[in-house]
Amino acid sequence: MLQPIDIPLEKAIEKKPYFKYLRIDKMPHIWCPGCGNGQVLKAICIALDKLGIDNNNVSMVSGIGCSSRTPGYFDGYTLHTTHGRALAFATGVKLARPELTVIVTTGDGDCTAIGGNHFIHACRRNIDITVLLFNNWIYGMTGGQVSPTTPKGSYATTTPYGNYEPNFSIADLAIGAGATFVARGTAYHVTELVNLVEAGIKHKGFSLIEVLTPCTIQYGRKNKMGIVDMYMWLKENTIPLKAWEKLPEEKRKSKLPRGILHHADNREEYTHRYYSVVEKVMGGNK
Amino acid sequence: MAKLELKYGNHACAEAAIIAGCRFYAGYPITPSSEVAEKMAELLPKVGGVFIQMEDEIASMGCAIGGAFAGRKSMTATSGPGFSLKQENIGYAVMSEAPVVIVNVQRGGPSTGLPTQVGQQDVMQTQWGTHGDKLIPAFCPASVEEVMEETIRAFNWAEVLRTPVVLLMDEVIGHMKESVDMTKFKDPEIWNRKKPKVPPEEYLAYKPEEDDVPALADFGDGYRYHVTGLMHDYTGFPTTNPAMCQELVERLIRKVKRRAKELEKNEEFMLEDAEFAIVAFGSTARSAKLAVKLAREKGIKVGLFRPITLWPSPEETLYRLAGKVKAILVPELNMGQYVLEVERCAKGQCPIFRMNRANGQMIYPFEILEKIEEIASGKIVIPVSKA
Ligand SMILES: Cc1ncc(C[n+]2csc(CCOP(=O)(O)OP(=O)(O)O)c2C)c(N)n1
Ligand code: SF4
Repeated sequence: MLQPIDIPLEKAIEKKPYFKYLRIDKMPHIWCPGCGNGQVLKAICIALDKLGIDNNNVSMVSGIGCSSRTPGYFDGYTLHTTHGRALAFATGVKLARPELTVIVTTGDGDCTAIGGNHFIHACRRNIDITVLLFNNWIYGMTGGQVSPTTPKGSYATTTPYGNYEPNFSIADLAIGAGATFVARGTAYHVTELVNLVEAGIKHKGFSLIEVLTPCTIQYGRKNKMGIVDMYMWLKENTIPLKAWEKLPEEKRKSKLPRGILHHADNREEYTHRYYSVVEKVMGGNK
Repeated sequence: MAKLELKYGNHACAEAAIIAGCRFYAGYPITPSSEVAEKMAELLPKVGGVFIQMEDEIASMGCAIGGAFAGRKSMTATSGPGFSLKQENIGYAVMSEAPVVIVNVQRGGPSTGLPTQVGQQDVMQTQWGTHGDKLIPAFCPASVEEVMEETIRAFNWAEVLRTPVVLLMDEVIGHMKESVDMTKFKDPEIWNRKKPKVPPEEYLAYKPEEDDVPALADFGDGYRYHVTGLMHDYTGFPTTNPAMCQELVERLIRKVKRRAKELEKNEEFMLEDAEFAIVAFGSTARSAKLAVKLAREKGIKVGLFRPITLWPSPEETLYRLAGKVKAILVPELNMGQYVLEVERCAKGQCPIFRMNRANGQMIYPFEILEKIEEIASGKIVIPVSKA
């Protein structure tokens, strides 16, 4: 485990440059052993470092949930808001300060249950926000209740007889709503995830990156999966998009593709469009 | 020389917001407030500001707070059901100390109630709507010119206190046209949020200064900090430390309360020699004022006390008033909300009569007059809870 007090920050950053994006003094973090959330934060930090984006140009916004605690450990302008509403707050930040890189960290419950409406509308507007949706198929923070992405048959504290609700395909939902960049990665494939985050941030428009990340405690315990089982599941049940596309139809169903699933460059970004209207109106006023 | 312009209440609110420096509006249409949004949509792009029609009121409130942290003077407008939806994020604005103005052009309720008709049923929701302890300033104009004054004042106090401020209008005020003396708004006093005077490394976004208000750096200006709706320490990071939590809640209330005298604003009309007082606000106060004039013609010594700042309530002033008069009448377009505040502040010094209506109709001057006549003649002895 990271022992923040023992390592001088400069030393740590020298060794691992992405550490400059962390609020080391706020560690240790609150996440459970084996939880995938830390991996996602790490991927975001490495991606920002690779892109050379300064801390002073990043705002990270979240809702409520374990995954939404991410901004607390991120050294930028960070906004931990109300449950489900991260995208609404982030829209405000981005519109007021379009030059900022705005990243939203959110959970499956946060983004697709209570925040579902904001999610589809942010996709529709194509506002330049990069969303990291930590999909752990469950409500982690509140103790393991069913979520809109809980697989059929899985156990949660509110589905003691197994989940009988159909679930969302987050990628399809985002594409359908108009997101111009949609990708899927996992907390197991961190290097790959870094590339996805990089591509997502570079994309000028709404980027959704669904990250499959294990909730080792709530989901794991309820479904009799250990920490290792959960990471192995990710390893064995997700495959790169290219390989997935080659699979025969019947085999595709049991595997999830990883990678950039959708990338469209044909729609104007929202803040850009808004400010061009402003320019026109102001110009017309002279 | 006065420069009179005929203005529509809701439009006046938008125009005044621009004068106050508002450069960010996020909202969702709802009668009878929609014209505020419509006017903002027209005006904001002309001054380089942001207008966005969000997907609902929850989003609008959140978006406005985001805009505020990113450095813009920020506003949203709504009515009844929308005000209800905003409550959770209004609490967030209190906790995170986001300066933001929330306009509520009241209609009748509960629920979708009477969309196009007048009501004053959100007096208590304004203060108690969101959960937890807090003190949210609320200003209540009674004319179109005053809508402009109070809108500017709402922005000024929101910025200075780092807190949400509610501009509590009602349908009649929002939808009426009146002439406004525009010379008053040529160069009004504008207050802005305190910026940090320390370098970014030393900045603590939640460390109060002497006035209990911490300086506020804008996102993007190099002062990196954390904002949360959870109890937090001076850095903004979540904490459950009991002393820190207690201190925070107390300070959030205290920073408003200690300015209560400056925040207090009332109109007193013919109260000097009054034996009876009417306490009324918003459009109802307009009827009450005429009732006072008519009653005076009949020789009844009655005056009007009109709170313009509804919250924090003018406790001492109301207490003194209750000690001076024989009785107080509180007409309002709800089933008895502000009268509870008047009763609380009067501390039993005089009988307090209510006059309540929640059917979408105004209370007319002659009705108030009748009631005052009854009270003055001693016909009603025991204060009744229904008109
Ligand atoms: C309005 C509101 N409703 C409910 C809650 C309680 N709550 C907190 S976190 C959470 C679910 C979080 O689940 P998810 O978004 O999947 O995130 P995770 O904890 O799994 O990362 C809920 C329901 C809340 N904070 N606010
Ligand atoms: S409850 Fe689950 S999601 Fe939350 S920190 Fe623990 S493992 Fe992670």
